Amino acid sequence: MTGTLPRQKEAPAQRDRRLLTLLRTGGTVLVRWREASVLIVAIAMAIYFRAANDVFLTYDNLRNIAQATAPAAIVAVGIVLLLVSGEIDLSVGVVAALAPFLVHYAVDLYGIPVIPAFLIAFAIAAFIGFCNGVIVTKFKVPSLVATLGSYYLLLGILLVTSHAYPAEIPSAAKGRIQTIFGAGDWSSLIWCLGVVLVYHVVLTRTRWGLHTISVGGNLIGATEAGIRVNRIKIGNFMMAAMLGALAGILEAFRINSIDPNIGGGTALVFTAISAAVIGGTALAGGSGTVIGALLGALILAELQNGFNLIGISANPFNIILGSAILLSMVANQYLSRLRRTGGG
Amino acid sequence: MSDVLVVEHVAKRFGALTALRDVNLRLEQGEVLGLIGDNGAGKSTLIKVICGYHRPDHGRLVVNGQEVVLHSVDHARSLGIDTVYQGLALINELSVYHNMFLNRELRVGPLLNNRAMRKLARAHLEDMGVNIPNVNAEVAKLSGGQRQAVAVARAVYSDARILLLDEPLAAMGAKEGTLILDLIRDLKARGEVSVIIIAHNYAQVLDVCDRVNLLQHGSITFDKPTSEVSLEELTELVVAEYRNRRLRGE
Repeated sequence: MTGTLPRQKEAPAQRDRRLLTLLRTGGTVLVRWREASVLIVAIAMAIYFRAANDVFLTYDNLRNIAQATAPAAIVAVGIVLLLVSGEIDLSVGVVAALAPFLVHYAVDLYGIPVIPAFLIAFAIAAFIGFCNGVIVTKFKVPSLVATLGSYYLLLGILLVTSHAYPAEIPSAAKGRIQTIFGAGDWSSLIWCLGVVLVYHVVLTRTRWGLHTISVGGNLIGATEAGIRVNRIKIGNFMMAAMLGALAGILEAFRINSIDPNIGGGTALVFTAISAAVIGGTALAGGSGTVIGALLGALILAELQNGFNLIGISANPFNIILGSAILLSMVANQYLSRLRRTGGG
Repeated sequence: MSDVLVVEHVAKRFGALTALRDVNLRLEQGEVLGLIGDNGAGKSTLIKVICGYHRPDHGRLVVNGQEVVLHSVDHARSLGIDTVYQGLALINELSVYHNMFLNRELRVGPLLNNRAMRKLARAHLEDMGVNIPNVNAEVAKLSGGQRQAVAVARAVYSDARILLLDEPLAAMGAKEGTLILDLIRDLKARGEVSVIIIAHNYAQVLDVCDRVNLLQHGSITFDKPTSEVSLEELTELVVAEYRNRRLRGE
């Protein structure tokens, strides 16, 4: 009995200490693992919308949210790669609109089988990214301006070749291929999660990712260290364009129509940039996370969907979106400062 | 002693600007050579020619007895020539160990071998007597001296035989400067690495270097062992040049 007494005395103090450690760990996780704060917002939002409307967490509605999240997140992954390397690409949205048209032209006008037609579309997207990258790195045109130019150029090509009319999915692609590439309930989400997983590993666990961070963090330093900075940037432009093409093809196959307006506006690329920024990627280069971008896209999809369900018109959505971007940028700055000064 | 590096009649122009007119320089095995000169004398350009960043318009480089034409920084590095630039070429956003292995990363298949890099970085910093408490810390969190030490350690660790240090003591406090000087002295004691240091603090040059070269108007105009020169003489050499220029009204 006497042996247990001191232990009982210690218990409350120990519990306090454990609670304190837990809180401190929680704080550290928030500061160190920057995606955590975005995840908390995404979950809080889901709880709020579920409380406001029973439909929010039903199977059908989750599918809707998944389908709205996926294309934005896939494009956002490419945007994160570029932002981390200190660049941006405004033309990926049009590449997304163009890619299914390229498949349609190849199959219906040139009689090419569907899978090779896909490869052609991806190759052309990669070439577009390559051109963007060369213009930015070799001709030293800032990427914002360079890709604004290619945005209009590609949009013009898209509208001229399609006569600004939607086209049908090639009949050879209907059935299994269409289901795999977007038409299946969860297919675009599966593609999206695959892309996010692969690029999370690329950015955090490979040489390419390390060099991408280096190029965006300290361009001169990276050059002096012998990193081929132009190759890294051009490669990221190519991957961003190809991810745009993938998102465009998935989206066209899902809605069962090839529509020049999908990425032809600025909506897709702006949503993707917003997702990246809300997810904690800094525009200054050198840091960013792919998982954060996925969560950012999820938050945006939740917002739009939730607003629909509770019957708020789409107009205030932009107010919320704008505020969210500003708020997350301020929070991002604050968290980076904390992280740098060793908070946590 | 044998020369590990010989620079003969090297010239480099940038458009109308002549940065290097006719540079002759040699570096012996295990020697620490101080390169001094006024701002704009061409010191950094010379370093960048030796490290493969700039191609000289004229002249030749002989490394370990072999004449070489350097195509790139990587090429120079493969010959054992490594540089610690003024800007240090560290990436603030990356950890100490990632910076130590930047562009020479260890991998397992396509993935980074972080564990091995962490372990080796720790061991090597310790071996060099550099005290960095945590190799996982972002470089942004280190002090100026620690950052310099990481950059030097990285160059030495990459098997550099010829180490070029571009103003390693600039903007550094007394304590931090001592850290770097100790590091250089340590390298000298081992005798494996030959070093060229650009510096403005002549007392420190005399303290740590074996020989000193003065670069003026794009060529070496003074070359003596540090045991044969005094601080006053060095200062007078540079100041005299400045005075002459003023008298000429340049």
